[in-house]
Amino acid sequence: MAIVFKDLPDEELIYGQKSCQGCAALLAARLTMKVLGKKTVLACPACCFAATTSVYPESAVFVPNAVTAFPALASTLAGMAVGGEALGWDEDVTYLGIGGDGGTIDIGLQALSGAAERNDNILYICYDNEAYMNTGVQRSGATPYGASTTTTPAGICSKGCDNTFKKSLFEIMAAHRVPYIATASTSYPKDFMEKVAKAKAMKGTRIIHIMAPCPTGWGYSAEKTIEIGKMAVECGLWYLAEYEDGKYKLNMTPKEFKPVETYLRAQKRFKHLKEEDFRRIEGYRDADWARLYRLIQM
Amino acid sequence: MGTKAFLSANEAAAHGVRLARPQVIAAYPITPQTTLVEKLADFIADGQSDARYMMVESEHSAMAASLGASMMGARVFTASSSQGLLYMCEMLSYVSGARHPIVMADANRSTATPWNIYGDHRDAMAMRDSGFVQIYVESGQEALDTMIQAYKLAEDPTVMLPVMVNLDGFTLTHTYDLVEIPDQEDVDRFLPPFVTSNKLDLADPKVLCGTIGPALHTEGRIQQCQAFETAKKKIAEIDAEYAKLFGRSYHGMYEEYRCEGAEQVLVVTGSAAGTARVVVDELREQGRKAGMIKLRSFRPFPKEFFASIAGRYKALGVTDKSISFGYDGTIYSDVTSSLYSGGQCGTKTANFICGLGGRDVSKDHILEMFDILRNLSDGKCEDEVQFIGKRW
Amino acid sequence: MKPKRDLAFQAPASMEEIPFGASFPAGHLVNPNSGYRTFAPKFDHDKCIRCLFCFIYCPEGAISKDGEKLTVDMDYCKGCGICANECPRSCIEMVKEGE
Repeated sequence: MAIVFKDLPDEELIYGQKSCQGCAALLAARLTMKVLGKKTVLACPACCFAATTSVYPESAVFVPNAVTAFPALASTLAGMAVGGEALGWDEDVTYLGIGGDGGTIDIGLQALSGAAERNDNILYICYDNEAYMNTGVQRSGATPYGASTTTTPAGICSKGCDNTFKKSLFEIMAAHRVPYIATASTSYPKDFMEKVAKAKAMKGTRIIHIMAPCPTGWGYSAEKTIEIGKMAVECGLWYLAEYEDGKYKLNMTPKEFKPVETYLRAQKRFKHLKEEDFRRIEGYRDADWARLYRLIQM
Repeated sequence: MGTKAFLSANEAAAHGVRLARPQVIAAYPITPQTTLVEKLADFIADGQSDARYMMVESEHSAMAASLGASMMGARVFTASSSQGLLYMCEMLSYVSGARHPIVMADANRSTATPWNIYGDHRDAMAMRDSGFVQIYVESGQEALDTMIQAYKLAEDPTVMLPVMVNLDGFTLTHTYDLVEIPDQEDVDRFLPPFVTSNKLDLADPKVLCGTIGPALHTEGRIQQCQAFETAKKKIAEIDAEYAKLFGRSYHGMYEEYRCEGAEQVLVVTGSAAGTARVVVDELREQGRKAGMIKLRSFRPFPKEFFASIAGRYKALGVTDKSISFGYDGTIYSDVTSSLYSGGQCGTKTANFICGLGGRDVSKDHILEMFDILRNLSDGKCEDEVQFIGKRW
Repeated sequence: MKPKRDLAFQAPASMEEIPFGASFPAGHLVNPNSGYRTFAPKFDHDKCIRCLFCFIYCPEGAISKDGEKLTVDMDYCKGCGICANECPRSCIEMVKEGE
């Protein structure tokens, strides 16, 4: 389904939230709901999304929604979907989960694995801002190599986060043979919204892992959120891909990568990195892409 | 009315759950809970229950999925034990605070380490402050009947609290007894379908389990406390109503057994109450003034009742199948503080720690407890907290 | 039409009015987000080609496209400047509040 901006509803179903200026996580949520519409039941764990939308008496979510325990987004959401089925709810209702990278690929991974293995009828959006932002920028399993966070501060004895790779939710969930998993970026809204629309039309466990830059945690000026996200994709440190019907597909294949320095130097969290670190990061990137290409040829 | 079958308490409890017509069951296996959830799976496989069974990957997810289904307005069931219950812990207070009337069974079992699959109350006692109603049963029949009563209690609009029905691991869960299974239409008359407005509804969108800051948090907790106070009355009312329809009563929150004119009374929780009944009968035949109080509801705790019996007996003993390290048995603490809530007690008290890690609580052990209580009555000194049945 | 604030909202005055079990109405706005803002977007509508990048990229959804001209809900614009940064025709200028 092609998304045409002028045909999108003006109506907002995520509105008035209290996130930081330039927050891409909430942008991802807003765009998701633009596609899904009102026949959606939403769940989110304790995360930036919950903290900025659901503090009494305010609610910035205009559909029925629930905040879940931190490790329990996928399991609670799965219970909602099964409950809805048991109670005879319409089949076109979307059971939507929105969780951050920590809540998804760290503490929530077991519950998500269970739901995916059972193929529960849920649509799960993981907004990835590459650290525990809601608690104040602590390192997560999605924090990239070299990023300074409050628990991996760069210093004389530290390069920042020493993860040699971001845990690949895409590959982990594809290994569960889910009907659909995609990666996306808030800087490519048409691509993202088309993925949401495609996922909406399917049944079973569908997952979209969307890169969502965070001005507060990454250290750049709020107006640069879209620009930074594009730079990540252009330098190859993020990719847009899909796994569907057992096949991997790249949505964008850069002819050549832009230098990683441009992307990394634009953010305070990487400001301590040196030439040798950039080369090392390029090495990780190239290895990742080599594996991606192998997957696509599978 | 009803049919009779030779069932373990786990199977009996499963029949109780089936008759309550849950729409979603989410459970993860753990000894000694397994035969209960296996029986439920059998019912579904045989077409005797139309519940959806979610094969979750952990106890945490079992309760989380139960919450999800309950938030949609479904009647749900889950069960666990021991390590599994502890793993579920986060979700227990989550469910209670959100006021979702989930009913669960706990096949009471010790908690590691040391590893031990057998029964005691350490698992449930660790969940004392989770906001779950905790009811302990004495027999398979009581397990079945209490499951049905538990839904009625949990879903009462003036209560809306989750309920944990406790069955002693192995001693009850795997022990067979003749059980009467009520007819479905009679249970349907007693327990109407679950109706709630505290749910996700496309026509009336709400936030569930949201954040409430300091300005109103205390008041929400007061609401929860009030619900527990209401539950005290409802447990008795529901039991009385059940007795009228099915001819079996468990006397509400507690039962006084042969306490008239008693001088030494033992407070017992769970399966050991069955043994204590026999010992009390034998002691009475010998002319000893023994009685038993069976504690059925641990939360809410019948504080007012225990306050009212301060000074009534010469000595009151309390059995605990758990201990709060660095203090006394948990039930004992509650009983004694209730006895003293009027300012003075007038009854000598003792705490008997027994049945840990599945060690049998025998007639001899109960007799030993009554002997200690008699010593206290006679003015002799006894340690306040004693391990009964210890080797050395 | 963007959601409106509940200007009549009053804090609960009794136990009966407090949320039951941490549940409360969804889609309920009380406080504006205008306090976040130091700079506000100013549109040059003559230059606007209605590419709608600003409408799409606005994390708040504060921009409406259904009128003749694009409009901004100043109750909920946080002044992040993404709209101005992403506008391909540079028709949006971020202007300091009060100037």
